[in-house]
Amino acid sequence: MPRTARDVVFVDGVRTPFGKAGPKGIYHETRADDLVIKSIRELLRRNPALSPELIDEVAIAATTQIGDQGLTLGRTAAILAGLPKSVPGFSIDRMCAGAMTAVTSVAGGIAFGAYDVALAGGVEHMGRHPMGEGVDPNPRFVSEKLVDESALFMGMTAENLHDRFPHLTRQRADEYAVRSQEKAAKAYANGRIQQDLVPISVRRTSPEGGETGWGLSTADEPMRPGTTLENLAGLKTPFRAHGNVTAGNSAGLNDGATASLVAAEDVARELGLPVRMRLVSYSFVGVEPEVMGIGPVPATEKALAKAGLSISDIGLFEVNEAFAVQVLAFLDHYGIADDDARVNQYGGAIAFGHPLASSGVRLMTQLARQFEEQPHVRYGLTTMCVGFGMGGTVIWENPHFDGGTK
Amino acid sequence: MTTTAELLKGAAELFPDEVVTQAHVRHLDLPLGAGRFALITLDNGLDHTKPTTFGPQSLANLSAALDQVEKEAADGSVVGVGITGKPFIFAVGADLKGVELLKRREDALAIGKGGHDVFRRLQSLAVPTFAYYNGAAMGGGVEVGLHCGYRTVSSAIPAFSLPEVFLGLVPGWGGCALLPNLIGAERAVSVIIENSLNQNKQLKGGQVYDLGIADALFDGADFLEQSLSWTAAVLKGEIQIVRPEVDRGAAWDEAVAKGRAFADSKVHGAAPAAYRALDIIAAAKDGDLSAGFDAEDEALADLIMGGELRSGIYAFNLVQKRGKRPAGAPDKNLARPVTKVGVVGAGLMASQLALLFARRLEVPVVLTDIDQERVDKGVGYVHGEIDKLLLKGRVNQDKANRLKALVSGSLDKAAAFGDADFVIEAVFEEIGVKQQVFAEVEAVVKPGTILATNTSSLSVSEMASKLEHPERVVGFHFFNPVAVLPLLEIVRGEQTDDASLATAFAVAKKLKKTAVLTKDAPAFVVNRILTRFMGEIQNVIDEGTPVATAEKAIEPLGLPMSPLVLLELVGPAIGLHVSETLNRSFPDRFTVSPNLAAVVKAGKRGFYVYDSGKPELDPEVAALLVQGDSVLTEQQVRDRVLDAVAQEIGIMLEEGVVAEAQDIDLCLITGAGWPFHLGGITPYLDREGVSERVHGKPFLAAGVASVPA
Repeated sequence: MPRTARDVVFVDGVRTPFGKAGPKGIYHETRADDLVIKSIRELLRRNPALSPELIDEVAIAATTQIGDQGLTLGRTAAILAGLPKSVPGFSIDRMCAGAMTAVTSVAGGIAFGAYDVALAGGVEHMGRHPMGEGVDPNPRFVSEKLVDESALFMGMTAENLHDRFPHLTRQRADEYAVRSQEKAAKAYANGRIQQDLVPISVRRTSPEGGETGWGLSTADEPMRPGTTLENLAGLKTPFRAHGNVTAGNSAGLNDGATASLVAAEDVARELGLPVRMRLVSYSFVGVEPEVMGIGPVPATEKALAKAGLSISDIGLFEVNEAFAVQVLAFLDHYGIADDDARVNQYGGAIAFGHPLASSGVRLMTQLARQFEEQPHVRYGLTTMCVGFGMGGTVIWENPHFDGGTK
Repeated sequence: MTTTAELLKGAAELFPDEVVTQAHVRHLDLPLGAGRFALITLDNGLDHTKPTTFGPQSLANLSAALDQVEKEAADGSVVGVGITGKPFIFAVGADLKGVELLKRREDALAIGKGGHDVFRRLQSLAVPTFAYYNGAAMGGGVEVGLHCGYRTVSSAIPAFSLPEVFLGLVPGWGGCALLPNLIGAERAVSVIIENSLNQNKQLKGGQVYDLGIADALFDGADFLEQSLSWTAAVLKGEIQIVRPEVDRGAAWDEAVAKGRAFADSKVHGAAPAAYRALDIIAAAKDGDLSAGFDAEDEALADLIMGGELRSGIYAFNLVQKRGKRPAGAPDKNLARPVTKVGVVGAGLMASQLALLFARRLEVPVVLTDIDQERVDKGVGYVHGEIDKLLLKGRVNQDKANRLKALVSGSLDKAAAFGDADFVIEAVFEEIGVKQQVFAEVEAVVKPGTILATNTSSLSVSEMASKLEHPERVVGFHFFNPVAVLPLLEIVRGEQTDDASLATAFAVAKKLKKTAVLTKDAPAFVVNRILTRFMGEIQNVIDEGTPVATAEKAIEPLGLPMSPLVLLELVGPAIGLHVSETLNRSFPDRFTVSPNLAAVVKAGKRGFYVYDSGKPELDPEVAALLVQGDSVLTEQQVRDRVLDAVAQEIGIMLEEGVVAEAQDIDLCLITGAGWPFHLGGITPYLDREGVSERVHGKPFLAAGVASVPA
């Protein structure tokens, strides 16, 4: 049977405001699956041209697939969101790159012709499901020295990255973090973020976190606008005494969910759905687990090679900010300045938060908005590091490209 | 002048055990940059199985929350105020336990006034107010929302109602005055009067919206988010709410008149609540809410101090609580599993039982009878009924297939019942026949199999007496129509053991029946009382009182139907048969009416013809009647009949037929449809002085179904 690969496009993406994990966090009494369900519903409300029965797949990522993040979330969230029972779904896990993998998985299926339209997203409620909940690492990891023990603790892998690149100092990391907060605050002030947020009703029964009763989450809780270098300089380094990684130059522990619509370009156009980004290539690559933060470098190399592009073709970058040092390592590799204007224009996870498996779609949603604003840019990429030593990169083309310089 | 706070404080002191609802105020930023909003959450701190209610302290808490938001509204720090509930529950109204405790009219008045004073503050805030009916909303819960400027409702709401009239109250925290002014009198009457008197029918979210009570309808999945987004759009003027103009002309009066006719058809003037509510609705036509609220206060106070409401609450509690935890039932852990059911007989009753067992227990049910034709007819009936359920959409095709496959027939009792755990007989009411059937069944069943009888008048003990294992026999007396009437009298024979009885109760629960334990006494509970009641009416007719007078004498009770219409429903032949049975047991109290015998002999199905659309004495029946010359007044008839009923109940309680008078009332409510405002019957007998006259004392202690001493 002759087959033609189809172009895959990113139609739309939304997310919940991200919250701080823990008893005072805004989502402390909110179920993880409800965050997904409400995101899916908002996505469908925003795209009335799409009849829900046309959705061929629902792929939802979560790292800790237990309790309200378990039970084959892609399927159960679809039912709870009111999608027709004929719409299937599955759960997916690649830790931090869960939602990114959800997108690339359904994109592969679309290109192959198995799907026309699919929903992809992710969730992580790190308050209800702390990192490492219920894990049972095989003892051979340690006995056979397959990985160093530090590979299991993301903060330690970030310290290891500082070791590898001594010129990426805490000072540079802190400066990067301050800029991330500044850019995020500016993006908020310009209304660039709110347009893709799904308001979430939140209940609080314990006065520990503030006023009790029902409230509404409409903005990212972790943001710290006005953060200064001085503020950051005094912070402790919890992963290593006299180390470099602090709560200020890394993403926190967060709760949140994302959802996106991905479609074959011809189907999107036929249905009159927006075409916000066109998928060019993607790749996932493994690296040494002890320095998982370097993952975006080989992943990007591979994705660029597959696309036949070079780094200079990329006009916009959305790099996940699990740790400032890991972004710096990526930029450093490509000779891009720490404060290059093409990188994370709206700020990143250091400001917004990083609910592990949800973040990939946040990067895409933000890149899509930047494409819209900057039609002179042809290509952009979303990239992130992944636990246990991986990196993932997706390269996108701007459908609004006006033939400008980049 | 008393302030609201003092009023509520006084009320709270009378009700120290109130489950207190908090009114949490939380601030949020509305979507669309619409501004800062204060949202009040009503929450009693318990899960959804303990719905949020309003007692005096709860009202005081809401009042305090309103103090706060009133200031914020006035100084411009919030753009709107909303009110919603905890998950699955908005609020289900006044705490009835608090109402039961009230002894003085002024305290009852204070409860009404207190509620009004607090709720109506929502109407006078400096900013728009919104109610978000997120979950079950009843009574005062609905009313607090009616005081708001706008309302949204969740399509997932299972229950929304103003059930006050059902219990014996009026919607008295604004409902009677506000609702007709919001949605028109006709719709308000349907909600306040008709739904209440139709077994307290509940509205679903979609209906609340369609009726115009709510301005917007949203799915349950993100109800509050959508409500708040909608609120933002309303506040920004992006959504305009246009409600249809209320017809204040003749339509209003017609609606009230229609409501009165409906109330008459249901309670025949015997219970005041519906009429009081209609009076207030009628007066609300002029839109004067303050006058309406005052009228509500007065009506509430009168009704709270009246016997009908106390009976209503008593009856409600019987059905909701005692009906679910039957008095005298043995430890439920003794119950044996029932995985297959046998039905002896394949007539209409047997077939109805087979259908019920198959639907509720979802285990194989086998019918047997004396020939294949009868068996086929019985199974055919059940399968036909399942097809009807399928057509009505009550079951889907898979379920219909399953149910049909569960119900089969057989001529071979050994094959049919060999592995059954529960066999019920519904054969001819003749002790010899029943003994014979049980002997045959015992010969083929397992040792622990329950043998149940649906007899209405024979002795269960006698039926069991010739068996090897009489301890396995229980009476299982259903009421016709089996699918409709909730009551199941479970009869303990002299030798019935606890395990068999526990199994019977477990089965009853799965059948979703209200089980009441009775002693093996003639005709058990409902039939005995109804037969005594009917017998006394028949007596006065036989002695010379005109039929119409006898019937009219009973009207003030507000029974669902007149005695002779009931006789027609039961069938005069069956009525006669039961009276004969009871006459043999208690010849001094139960008579056999020669006139009834004549009617039965003539093959008449009842006393009435309906040619004119109304029941009129059938001239052929009239010609049959041989009456004496003692003509009683309505009052004399009523006294005779009620005295007889009270006497019989007194004797039944002495005999220990049931544990308490409460069980008698529960039986009459769920097995005969006797109304809530009578509390079954003993609260009525008590408050009318009949109990005192006949029995020397009331059946129930003061406060049980009456104003506490």
